[in-house]
Amino acid sequence: MSVFKRAPIAVRREERAAHIFMLPWFLGVIFITLGPMIVSIGLSLTKYRLVGKPRFIGLDNYVKMFSDARLMQSLKVTFLYVIVGVPLALALALLLAVVLNKGVRGLSFYRSVYYLPSLFAGSVAIGVLWRQVFGAEGIVNTIAGWFGIDSMGHSWVGDPKTAIWTLILLHVWTFGSSMIIFLAGLRQVPQELYEASALDGANKWQQFCHVTVPVLTPIIFFNLVMGIINSFQNFAQAFVVSGGTGGPTDSTLVYALYVYQQAFGSTRNMGYAAALGWLLVLIVGVLTGLNFLFSKKWVHYAD
Amino acid sequence: MPTNTATVSPNEDVIPVAERHGMDPVLKRRIEAVVKHAILLIVGFAMIFPLLWMVSSSLKDDADIFRNISLIPTDWDWANYKEGWNAQSYPFGKYLLNSLIITIGAIVGNMISCSMAAYGFTRLKWRGQGIAFGYMLMTLMMPIYVMIIPQYIMWSKLGFLNTFVPLILPKFLATEPFFVFLMVQFFRGIPKSLDEAAKVDGAGPFRIYWQILMPNALPSLATCGIFSFIWTWNDFFSQLLYLTKPQNLTVAVALRNFADATSGTSWGPLFAMSTLSLVPVFIVFLFGQRYLIEGSVTSGLK
Repeated sequence: MSVFKRAPIAVRREERAAHIFMLPWFLGVIFITLGPMIVSIGLSLTKYRLVGKPRFIGLDNYVKMFSDARLMQSLKVTFLYVIVGVPLALALALLLAVVLNKGVRGLSFYRSVYYLPSLFAGSVAIGVLWRQVFGAEGIVNTIAGWFGIDSMGHSWVGDPKTAIWTLILLHVWTFGSSMIIFLAGLRQVPQELYEASALDGANKWQQFCHVTVPVLTPIIFFNLVMGIINSFQNFAQAFVVSGGTGGPTDSTLVYALYVYQQAFGSTRNMGYAAALGWLLVLIVGVLTGLNFLFSKKWVHYAD
Repeated sequence: MPTNTATVSPNEDVIPVAERHGMDPVLKRRIEAVVKHAILLIVGFAMIFPLLWMVSSSLKDDADIFRNISLIPTDWDWANYKEGWNAQSYPFGKYLLNSLIITIGAIVGNMISCSMAAYGFTRLKWRGQGIAFGYMLMTLMMPIYVMIIPQYIMWSKLGFLNTFVPLILPKFLATEPFFVFLMVQFFRGIPKSLDEAAKVDGAGPFRIYWQILMPNALPSLATCGIFSFIWTWNDFFSQLLYLTKPQNLTVAVALRNFADATSGTSWGPLFAMSTLSLVPVFIVFLFGQRYLIEGSVTSGLK
C-alpha cells in the first residue's frame, strides 16, 4: 500500500478517523504516562520539595541510594516478600487447579470460594482485618491456643521477625486469581497426552510432572513474570497493617511504601522519590529479563 | 462408606476403567473423592474463615469478639453498624457515595476510551500504529511509581488536589492498558466480514464502531466495567494521595483513618464498616463472576 505520495482518499480518511479514535489515548500518553515518565527522569536529577523550583543536582539522588540504609532494608523486605510470596501462591494455585480439574463435583463452588479472597485482598478492609487476626489478641493466637501453643499477647504484626510473613501470607491468600487461569489452561491440555502416558505406565505424579506442568509452563511463566512485577508495587496492605510507618522497625517497609514516604511524607523528597521510581523500573526490568533468559531452560512452547 | 468392598477382590473384567489404575476401582475412587473433598473443604474454609469471622465480629460487642471465636454471635447486635456509621466527621454513607461517584466515573471512562483505542488499534490503519501498540504493551508492565510523582505535581499545580478530577479524568484517556489490551483481544475475535458488509452499505468508521463493534463486544465491555469497579473501589494509593479533606474521603481512606484513630480499642464498629465496604465488591462478584473469570483468563493465558 502506498501511504506516501498521493494517498488515496480512503486511506487519508481512515487515518483521520484513527486520529479521532486514538485522541483520548494520545492525550493519556502525553499527560498521564509517557509525559510524566520523561519528566520524572528530569526530576530524579533534582532536589525538589513541591514548593519553589527544582534544583539540579546531577546524579546525587542515585549516588545517595548506596548509602541509604532504609532503602537497603526496604529492598530486603520487598525481595523476601516477592521471592517467597509469588512462587508460593503460584504453586498453591497450580496444585489446586490440578485437583479441581479432574471433574470434581462442586467445581464452581470451590472455584468461587478460592477466587473470592483475591478480589478482596487489595482493600483496606482486609488490611484492617489482618491487623486484628495477627494482632496480640487476634484469632490466630486463639486458634494456636487450642493446639496448646500459648502465644496470647504476642502480636504477629507487631513483631519485626514475623510482620512481613503476615503480608506474605496475605499474598498467598490471593492464589485464586492465578488458579482460575491455570484451570482454563488445563482445559487446553490434549487428553491424548494423558492417555499416551498412561499406556506407558506413568502414574499420576509422573503425569503431573511430565505432561501437565510442561504444557502449562508458558502460562506459569507469564503468571510468574506478572506476579513479580505486580508484587513489587504492592502498597495498601503494608501501609494499613503498619499504620503507614512500614514498622515495626521497618520490617514491613515494602518498596512502594518507601517511595510514598519519600515523596509524600513530611520530607517531600520528590526528586529522590522519582529516582527511586526508576530504580524500581531497573529492578523489575532486570528480573523480567532474567526470567526470560531462564525461561528457555524450562518453558516449553507448543510450536 | 463402602468399607465392605475392601474385601471384594478387584475384578478388572467387570470394570475396564480400572485397568488403567490397577487397583480396586470403586473403593479407590470413593476414598480418593472423600479425601479430595475433605482437603478442598478444609482449604476453602481456612480461606474464607477470616472473612466470615469479620462479618460475625461486626455483630458482636467488643468483649464477645475476643471471648467467643464462634462464627455465630451470642446475640445479634447491630449497634456496631450504627456506631461505625457515625464515628467520623461525616456519616459513612458520605464516603460510600464518594467512592461510588469515582467508581462510576472510572467505569464509564474506561469503557469509552479503552474501546475507542482498541478500535483504533485493531480496525484502522495509521502511521505509527506499531510503535504505539508496542508502547501500550510496555506500559502494562510499567510501575506507576515512575509516573505518579509528576502526575501529582501536575494536579497540584492545576489546583485539582482534593477533587475527584485526578481520579476520574485519566480513565477517560485510556490510561489502563489492561483494558485496552483486553478489548484489543476481544475485537480481534469479531469477524472483519461484519465491518466489510457495513462498509459496503456505506457505513463510516464511527458507525462501524458504534453499531457493529460495540454491540458485539458487550461481554468485554462488561468485563472491563466489572474490573474497573473492583479496582477503583479497592484502590487506596491514589485516593490517599489526592483526597485529604473530610468531605471528599472515599471508603478506603475513611476506613484507614478510622482504623488508625481507634487502633485496638473498638474493633466492633471498625469491622462493621469494613464489612460494609466489601459488600459492593461481593455483589459485583456474585453477578459478574463469569466476566471476571473470562477477563483474567484472556489476559493471563497469552
